[in-house]
Amino acid sequence: MSAKTVVIEARDVSLRVGEKKILERINLEIRRNEIFGIMGPAGSGKTSFLKLVNHTFRAAGMALEGALYVLGEDVLGEDVNPTPLRRKVSMVFATPVVLPMSIFENLVYGLKIQGIRDKHTLREAAERGLKAAILWEEVRDRLHKPAQKLSGGQQQRLCIARAMALSPEILLLDEPTSGLDPISTFRIEEALKELKRHHAIVLVSNNTKQIARVSDRCAFFLMGELIETGKTAQVFTVPKEKKTDDYIAGRFG
Amino acid sequence: MSAADIKRKEKLIQRIFLVVAFSSLFSLFLIALFIFVEGLPMIWKVGLKDFLLSTRWSPTKGHFGIFAMIVSSFWVTIGALLFGGPLGLMCSIFLVEFSSARMRAVIKPALELLAGIPSVVYGFLGVVYLVPLVRDYLGGPGLSLLTSCIILGIMILPTVISISVDSLVAVPDSYREAAFSLGATRWQTTHMVTLHAAKSGIITALVLGMGRAVGETMAVIMIAGNALKIPLSPLDPIRTLTSNIALEMGYASGLHRQALFATGIVLFFFVMALNMIATLFARRKVLK
Ligand SMILES: Nc1ncnc2c1ncn2[C@@H]1O[C@H](COP(=O)(O)OP(=O)(O)O)[C@@H](O)[C@H]1O
Ligand SMILES: [Mg+2]
Repeated sequence: MSAKTVVIEARDVSLRVGEKKILERINLEIRRNEIFGIMGPAGSGKTSFLKLVNHTFRAAGMALEGALYVLGEDVLGEDVNPTPLRRKVSMVFATPVVLPMSIFENLVYGLKIQGIRDKHTLREAAERGLKAAILWEEVRDRLHKPAQKLSGGQQQRLCIARAMALSPEILLLDEPTSGLDPISTFRIEEALKELKRHHAIVLVSNNTKQIARVSDRCAFFLMGELIETGKTAQVFTVPKEKKTDDYIAGRFG
Repeated sequence: MSAADIKRKEKLIQRIFLVVAFSSLFSLFLIALFIFVEGLPMIWKVGLKDFLLSTRWSPTKGHFGIFAMIVSSFWVTIGALLFGGPLGLMCSIFLVEFSSARMRAVIKPALELLAGIPSVVYGFLGVVYLVPLVRDYLGGPGLSLLTSCIILGIMILPTVISISVDSLVAVPDSYREAAFSLGATRWQTTHMVTLHAAKSGIITALVLGMGRAVGETMAVIMIAGNALKIPLSPLDPIRTLTSNIALEMGYASGLHRQALFATGIVLFFFVMALNMIATLFARRKVLK
């Protein structure tokens, strides 16, 4: 696939649970080799959107409309097989969830459950993931120590590394630095800038400064609606919508 | 009402609740005190070793060894855990991870009903159905350790299930989502991530289930056979510590009566140890 290929395309995506509208006619495109930022206050539907993309949104009485193409396949249908999709579309969450095993086992967990057992392949994938998340130097000589011993920032990078070990096409990150100190945050942002050379990255953050720092294009969600989307430089300097301007300036709430 | 009045009322209510809370603690203290005052002199007289480690129990001849009953209570508790533990755990996993909300709404109340059935009914069912089954197919008198373990295994299900369901539900969905997002299936997620995260709660559930098994009396009296010896096979009849107290308290007097209270002391330690282990594991969960 060439650069600038569209990998996620939302066309009038609406999501309701019972009477509650969670997403309302969302239209956007996310391309390879870019970091696409999604910002918005809590409860505006950012997480729900990511979960739709890798088919993990579940709720009793949910109703979907529109089409959401991920790598060319509409994932809103009932007959989508989520497991292969999630191997191509990895998700990293706000709280790092390291599995209760060693660092190495964490890294290769996703491959092992696919039935890959070859030691060489596993080792290589682990190293690739760690290097991608800029964690390799810090943990290379203690790969077999429990992952829970790592610091919060390292754990979050391990989660990114673990996702990258699967060689996904798309990496979804849901507020990956919300619980971290500035230095860990910086490291993760650096890692993301590296990763976009080969992947598409969707970064959800309620920290507008972070979106401004690292994203190429971005979107502003508010109460389930997409208020504005465009090049980050443009959105942050000359926003088209007053609401966007207010949010970025912190005049919200 | 003025602000001062409201404050005074608050204070009063607070005091009342404090008294109520302490009265339950106080009654526990009284029970313990009573058992110890009644039982300890006997242990003093007979000697701890002859009481705990002798298998000879014949009160009329002055022998008060409860070792056989300790062993029986121990095995029956382990056995109940072997039957009830896996069954209860699988049931909880099914309820939390694999069933729909509608199915849960049917199964959970049914399980709670199981806890409400009087133990004499379990004993009765055991005598009528299970005892003949064991006797005819496995041999022995039917009234046995094995029969008791099966019935107790069923009786501890509500305890095991309700606590392990709670601890599975308490596992944050973020763990499951993390595993899913690495491409794990529901079952892979359950046994590699969820169970691990709920481990301490599940152990608590099993230990409290054991506490329930060691304390059960009525059903065991009806199905265990109550023989006074160390069981050598699962098909041998047994007498547990609780059965011993219940069977003999009607006519015991003097040193014999004291010996039954002393048996109570041993049970008290048994149950306290189990509860302490359970609390320990429960606390570890909170710390994590
Ligand atoms: N499974 C669900 N069932 C019902 N409502 C949900 C569910 N998940 C999220 N919501 C609701 O959708 C809205 C958007 O939530 P979310 O996508 O988590 O927002 P954000 O990530 O932007 O904070 C919230 O009001 C939330 O309560
Ligand atoms: Mg969110």
